Amino acid sequence: MTALSAPAPAAPPAETAPRRAPSLEALGMTKVFGGLVALDDVSLAVPAGTVHALLGENGAGKSTLVKCIMGFYRQDRGDVLLDGTATAIRSPRDAQGAGIGMVYQHFTLVPSLTAAENLVVARADAPSVIDWAAEKAKLAEFMARMPFQVPLDIPVADLSAGEKQKLEILKLLALDQRFLILDEPTSVLTPDEADEVLGLLGAMARRGEFTVLMITHKFREVSAYADDVTVLRRGKRAGGGATAALSVEDMSRLMIGETTIRERAARAPVGEGTVLELAGLFADNPDGSRAFAEISLKVKGGEIVGIAGVSGNGQSALVEALAGQRPLADGRIFIRDEPFEPTRENYHKYKVFGLPEEPLKNAAVPRMSVAENIAFRSFDRPPIASLGWWLSPGPMREKARDLIARYRVKTPSPDTPIEHLSGGNVQRAILARELSGDVDVLVVANPCFGLDFASVSEIRSQILEARNRGAAVLLVSEDLDEILELADRVAVMSEGKIAYVAPVGETDRNTIGKHMAGHGAGHAAAGGQR
Amino acid sequence: MDAFADTALFTLLVAMLGGAIRVSTPFMFVALGECLTEKSGRINLGLEGNLVLGAMIAYAISFHTGSPWTGVLAAGLSGLFLGAIHGYVCKLPRVNDIAVGIAMMAFGTGLAFYLGKPYIQPSAPRLEAIPLGEWTGIPSLAQALAINPLFFVGIALAVGMSWFFRNTRMGLVVRTTGDSAPAAKAMGVSVDLVRFLATAAGGFLAGVGGSFLSLSYPGSWNEGLSSGQGLMAVALVIFARWDPIRCVWAALLFGAAGAIGPAMQAIGVTQGFYFFNAAPYILTLLIMASSARSRFSGRDAPGELSIVK
Repeated sequence: MTALSAPAPAAPPAETAPRRAPSLEALGMTKVFGGLVALDDVSLAVPAGTVHALLGENGAGKSTLVKCIMGFYRQDRGDVLLDGTATAIRSPRDAQGAGIGMVYQHFTLVPSLTAAENLVVARADAPSVIDWAAEKAKLAEFMARMPFQVPLDIPVADLSAGEKQKLEILKLLALDQRFLILDEPTSVLTPDEADEVLGLLGAMARRGEFTVLMITHKFREVSAYADDVTVLRRGKRAGGGATAALSVEDMSRLMIGETTIRERAARAPVGEGTVLELAGLFADNPDGSRAFAEISLKVKGGEIVGIAGVSGNGQSALVEALAGQRPLADGRIFIRDEPFEPTRENYHKYKVFGLPEEPLKNAAVPRMSVAENIAFRSFDRPPIASLGWWLSPGPMREKARDLIARYRVKTPSPDTPIEHLSGGNVQRAILARELSGDVDVLVVANPCFGLDFASVSEIRSQILEARNRGAAVLLVSEDLDEILELADRVAVMSEGKIAYVAPVGETDRNTIGKHMAGHGAGHAAAGGQR
Repeated sequence: MDAFADTALFTLLVAMLGGAIRVSTPFMFVALGECLTEKSGRINLGLEGNLVLGAMIAYAISFHTGSPWTGVLAAGLSGLFLGAIHGYVCKLPRVNDIAVGIAMMAFGTGLAFYLGKPYIQPSAPRLEAIPLGEWTGIPSLAQALAINPLFFVGIALAVGMSWFFRNTRMGLVVRTTGDSAPAAKAMGVSVDLVRFLATAAGGFLAGVGGSFLSLSYPGSWNEGLSSGQGLMAVALVIFARWDPIRCVWAALLFGAAGAIGPAMQAIGVTQGFYFFNAAPYILTLLIMASSARSRFSGRDAPGELSIVK
């Protein structure tokens, strides 16, 4: 089994003196994929014992840069200097040997292994027969030196997202990695957890225990926790410097550049009557555990109710239930006081529309054309269908062409398979399908996840316009800023229940964050992440 | 005691006990082999082929060398060979392990039938059973407790595997690979290599299970030797929720179900003979249906299995 036990380049046993924080410089990094210049002469300097933020939109080159540093890619030009010495990093294993470790957005923990097993198996010098008594003692001693604790003896699958994130960081520290790259480290954390983790990491960095490079798109975290920032735009360094000298406006201008952002429409007053009512909804996960319970909410016409919460607290199950993809165990949905059963006929009759998260996966057939995907709601009705079964491609393509123009979907033709479109354009195409008619109820989940600024702004405007036209909008989002910007009222879901409801004007980020963390904040298993 | 020893119930229970121990052994080996393969994130449906080829090879080698244990080893090696083919083919891009498994099942049984024609008649030395029931003085019980050594090898193996998965680096690596290939890659582990080795080793165990079919008393090699034990063992692994120790219990349960038919015959019940013989298959169906609904099976299933994803 040579490939399994390849020698660990330089992972010293825990007994030797721990390494200190290194400095890292990347000079003139350039990477070209085919014809696309993903990274164009980008330089970045991270002094030892500091927290450096890497800011940029999706596709700006942040991940390409860190993947070059980590040895996943080989840069076409440019050098990485560790403590001032040029270091060749050809693989993630080299990076580990050089003491560079990365926490990925998608966890690299093994769900069925316990935290202790995860920490041991990650070690390159793990013994072939594990003496658990000795290992547990060593881990306990290691944990005692760490600022945050994670239960070691339960499977990682049962840990909360925050605990998993902390365990990922602990794993790097246990491997004695002293240059930490964190990719959007707070995306799965409640605001309180994010403050805790970033605050503690910042303090440890300043004590010289390690150096941090953090990829983020949240200005608040950059200003509060980073010493310096580098902003990337379209593969180039757009600017940067000490965060103390940069305002949020400066950073956002560097990040977005000259892109014009669509002006948001003014808010029309909220309507009078309740349009959508969720009355005591319960639903289960496929494994029999409860996904959400006692969900009761009323949404008026012309109102956006935002559902906030950390991913995996039952929100996606709720969206599935409203889309008819998951049976309700109990409770009733009412639309304008009439009981609503999720059938295709009723979605048409009550004008219920929806935009689930990851629309390419959940709301589109990737290999069917844009026109066909746009026709999903209307293909079996005139003018596309006659007699209810004879479909005419002519009107279908015509309607698609019209919507593609109106919603500015960038596609080579209506007949292109929708999977060939970029994320923002898939989102626009689905939004065009769902919003083009009369909308009474709109259910939206994480509509802007992973999109660039222009698309985000465009899509938020569309949602707001639907609201202004009188639709009752339920907006499920993991992005608290999005909810604070769009919603009239906010409801917080935690461990499958609604923990808090308040008008947006009468609450603030801290209050919402506390309720997101829940009272028992720990082992939220609701939502079924697997 | 003697009075009870003459009752039909006693005869039935003893026959089922003996049957459970006897019939469970091949189940146990195939299930442990499948468990190891599935823990690494791959399904090998071809173990029925390993079982049949193992039975044939074991018998042939035992016949030629006069040593049944050499036959057992050769059966294991033939299983290793089939497992290695499966493991290698599945490494190729866009290959589906289920389809390859079905092909390997056909290949293994076909190869066994082809090579095995000359060995249907001759008599090869068999594995001697260990008489553990002499002291009881009851002939039927003594016969039931004449246990093939492979049964104990299987139990020891299950305990060893359970320890291996928890207490060795390789065990953790196998579980990591089966549960999250990205995590394994991030650790610098070659996912393909781990799965190749786990499939080959699992194939070895299934081959050994096959040797039991032909080399245990009163076995011999013939083409009707296996009645789908290799396939049922896959269901058994799901029922055992990928735990080696539970695999042993599940194998005993399946063994007892398989022994119902002959045991009923032993006490003179001839009605519904075919129905009782179908018991293991009915059990398989019921177990598949009920365990698919169980909340545990979803949790314990290795995350990389193609049927789970």
